[in-house]
Amino acid sequence: MDKLKITIDNRTIEVPPGTTILQAARMIGENYPPAMCYYTPLKETGGKCRVCLVKVTQSSEANPRPMPKLVASCLTKVENGMVVENETSTEVLEARKGVVEFLLINHPLDCPICDQAGECDLQNLSYKHGTEATRYEEGRREFEKIDIGDNIQLHMTRCILCYRCVYTADQITNSRVHGVLNRGDAAEIGTYIKNAINNDFSGNVIDVCPVGALTDKKYRFSQRVWFSKPFYAHRNCDKCGGEAVVWIKNNDIIRVTSRKDKFGEVIKFICNECRFDHKNMNDWSIENVYELDNDSVINANKYKHVEESPAVNVDAKFVSE
Amino acid sequence: MSKKILLQHINVPGINTLETYVSHGGYQSLKKAFSMTPDEVTEEVKKSGLRGRGGAGFPTGMKWSFLDKKTDKPRYLVCNADESEPGTFKDRYLMQNIPHALIEGMIVSSYALGAKTSYIYVRGEMMHVIRILEAAIKDAYRAGYLGNNILGSNYSLDLFVHPGGGAYICGEETALLESLEGNRGNPRNKPPFPAVWGLYGCPTVVNNVETISDVPWIINNGGDAYASIGIGKSTGTKLISACGNINRPGVYEIELGLSVEEFIYSDQYCGGIPNGKKLKAVVAGGSSVPILPADLILKTANGDPRLMSYESLSDGGFVSGTMLGSGGFIVYDEDQCIVRNLWNFSRFYHHESCGQCSPCREGTGWMEKVLHRIENGHGKMSDIDLLVDVAKKIEGKTICPLGEAAAWPVASAIRHFRAEFEEHIKNPDSCCKKHLHSEHALIH
Repeated sequence: MDKLKITIDNRTIEVPPGTTILQAARMIGENYPPAMCYYTPLKETGGKCRVCLVKVTQSSEANPRPMPKLVASCLTKVENGMVVENETSTEVLEARKGVVEFLLINHPLDCPICDQAGECDLQNLSYKHGTEATRYEEGRREFEKIDIGDNIQLHMTRCILCYRCVYTADQITNSRVHGVLNRGDAAEIGTYIKNAINNDFSGNVIDVCPVGALTDKKYRFSQRVWFSKPFYAHRNCDKCGGEAVVWIKNNDIIRVTSRKDKFGEVIKFICNECRFDHKNMNDWSIENVYELDNDSVINANKYKHVEESPAVNVDAKFVSE
Repeated sequence: MSKKILLQHINVPGINTLETYVSHGGYQSLKKAFSMTPDEVTEEVKKSGLRGRGGAGFPTGMKWSFLDKKTDKPRYLVCNADESEPGTFKDRYLMQNIPHALIEGMIVSSYALGAKTSYIYVRGEMMHVIRILEAAIKDAYRAGYLGNNILGSNYSLDLFVHPGGGAYICGEETALLESLEGNRGNPRNKPPFPAVWGLYGCPTVVNNVETISDVPWIINNGGDAYASIGIGKSTGTKLISACGNINRPGVYEIELGLSVEEFIYSDQYCGGIPNGKKLKAVVAGGSSVPILPADLILKTANGDPRLMSYESLSDGGFVSGTMLGSGGFIVYDEDQCIVRNLWNFSRFYHHESCGQCSPCREGTGWMEKVLHRIENGHGKMSDIDLLVDVAKKIEGKTICPLGEAAAWPVASAIRHFRAEFEEHIKNPDSCCKKHLHSEHALIH
């Protein structure tokens, strides 16, 4: 089929039919809309957080009637001749600022004691699109921490209800025991009757969680993420293939996560055995440094060079200057 | 006496039974519809100019013609009877008193759409209505109006009543379909619209109870006859559920185009305001539509008399107009507190938000908390602009219209009654103290 032409912020690109505005913007590669709930590897995600709203000023060449309308770019398919405003539209930026404010009014902002800090999508989003102060003075929503097994901690207070962990459990694991309970601002991720989430791939919910609501119990409070160095690594694993990222400090593997692309999306999900049970350097073949090139606190000019590690002899370079 | 279509026989004893309904011309439209092709039936509805009675006012015939008829998938008709808008109680009245009107409409409409299975999704709290409908459907099966080969026409239809789980959000058509499928009642992102991807991924039409109940009359009397009733593009009659400070609350069938003034003050309808009090404001179409002060509800900004029609009520846009909505007509006299009323509405939307998308989940709660503070004498002047801004940041940014439904009342109440909000904040004792001594204060 013919390619479709779309113009986003005055830059034009041709994309195959079926591409969404967000994907097209990512193909352009600069100033693409943020996404807190949409997740390419998981089907049916998107449309919920509303931070990816963009303004469609013309829907197609065949129907050039201007339709200035905010749409969720993660779900809206490109039409030929579509014209979209993202960061060039003040309306979009205002709307995005509003959504960030909404996401933060009930967020505890406990970044100083949150494991996700430094690699938190919400943190990055609010640095880029949020306001400095809040206008919210009412009480914040709070939940008790829920125990969902040996490996994962659920702290609902931080959750932004992106539903990613629900889709992960549906699509990656063989059974889902958690879901969204209740409604409105009382909605919560939960297992209804206290149930442990325990199957071979359950740990992936930690990786897909954009905030610190689902954290790794075996890593929790042991280290700030920016004090450890990530390396690509692999091991022989017949469950998941064993392609992962190991986070090393002082020659010890302190954490294992799955590999993510520049949009912060998991490339290949890993099994719980790789994630939680293999923390020995001998278990892994370490490859090169895992480059973080998305906007993130971890790589915000924090690391210009890496201290030499005797165990891994690689040309480590975190941020290209 | 204006034209009655739906409530023509409402006072006939036993009209809720099949026998009486049939003896008063019930189920006549079936024979006529089956003698026409489904497309001809749709064409007749198009000609009638009938518009969706659930609130949006979208032309019904056009909605039907969008139905994807090219696929091999089954098609469905779903009746939205999840009536839960504060102030609206017309569908319940119709279903519990003349259940066969809806069933007859469902059969004719399903035939027009080629649906072999249809559903009536009834609000879960209305259990008594569900029982009435189920009994009526049983009677209709027995009489051969439902089931296989209806009246020897080769057309077969199964009709099911489905109780909702008690959520306002399931009145949104895609949330309703999710709920009907057995899922959590979260609205879907659109497009695709239900006409292409509806129930179980099949083409589906979702219509309001009143809309579907209008169809038999249109088939019996012709689309042109229906179009001759009413005014302009607002054809036919509309059920209005009137409540609040009026002498005669209840459900009235009006011909569209009746003046609002006549509706409020005529003894045939609301019968005026009790105790000789003055009219203060009206919410004309259920809690979601903008509230209008007395001068703007009786006359448009241009000075023309305001009529009960889609066009006249929305005259002036959101600056000086409102919407016909679902027909929930709430009247306030001079003693009513707009701030308190708005807080009550906001509390409802906060409670009913599904929590799927961020602006509505967080914004509805925020607005309610600020309004609660103002109402209880802890407001600040900056809160008024904050409310306006929060409402603006919800409107148009959400998956479904619940966000707008929550934002419009706030925006309009502040637009038209800003002084009252300021008075609440400057002088909390004057108004709020009065409430503290009233029975309503017990809610706190």
